[in-house]
Amino acid sequence: MRWIWIDRFVKFEPGKTAQAVKNISLSEEHLHDHFPGYPVMPAALIIEGMAQTAGILVCEANDFKEKVILAKITKAVFDGLAVPGDTLLFTANIEQINEQFAVASGEVSVSSPRSEGEKSQSRHLATIELIFSHLDQNMAGKKFPERQFVLTDIFQILLRDVLPTGGKRIGDKTNE
Amino acid sequence: MPMSREEIFARVKETLIEALGVDEDEVVGEATLTGDLGAESIDFLDVVFRLEKAFNIKVPRGELFPENILTNPKFVNGKKLTAAGLAELRKRMSHADLTGFKDNPQVDRIAELFTVDSIVRYVESKVGVG
Repeated sequence: MRWIWIDRFVKFEPGKTAQAVKNISLSEEHLHDHFPGYPVMPAALIIEGMAQTAGILVCEANDFKEKVILAKITKAVFDGLAVPGDTLLFTANIEQINEQFAVASGEVSVSSPRSEGEKSQSRHLATIELIFSHLDQNMAGKKFPERQFVLTDIFQILLRDVLPTGGKRIGDKTNE
Repeated sequence: MPMSREEIFARVKETLIEALGVDEDEVVGEATLTGDLGAESIDFLDVVFRLEKAFNIKVPRGELFPENILTNPKFVNGKKLTAAGLAELRKRMSHADLTGFKDNPQVDRIAELFTVDSIVRYVESKVGVG
């Protein structure tokens, strides 16, 4: 099992920007303990959702040839809470990408469903900045397995809606 | 356009405060990145990224923080740099102050060469001092 913290991409401009949504549900068990009687989406998992949105964007930019690893959370500032029933919208932008690493900036907004006829309002939830490392270009010269083990085939499903290739290339090496 | 030394230092300082989450008074010229300011390897990439943005310069890989010296047996003998290794380091890091290091070129002391001043000197060499 892989922890996937985004449900769907709604926008994907290769090498530039991506948007993904995540619906928070009370059937997610972790919310029962975080916190008992007051379920709140953990900030760490919101960061993970942004890391997946931005990570896939970065990985696609290199045709999925590099293993993209979250290396640093440069900034994560939250100005609110997200609770079951809310929808998170992750917007990730690539600030820089080179052979060694990538820098991404992101914003998270949250909207709550309203009764019919009422307008759902979106509010800002977090600003997150991340640095990804290209694993095979690490400074220590360490070697890793050749197959793509970071973005495995489950992520293909996410890209199917927004990319003409459906992220087909992701699984190529894994399936060999 | 050339900048004054003070301007460069101030901007480097700002960069390090943002990248390493350190306090303003910690960023002094002789402070070492890893020892005094707690930088880890990924932070070096972050620093490079921010310097490029702050000064509108290009920092080619390995230029500010040299790579592949310690992995080369020609340059390292046991725990020390060889004469060739020291020469290579001097060539690749003209922005570093090797005065104290060269008498006892222990591999694990290389990190001490990465100081705030060395970054300032590197930036100076890129933008020119006015």
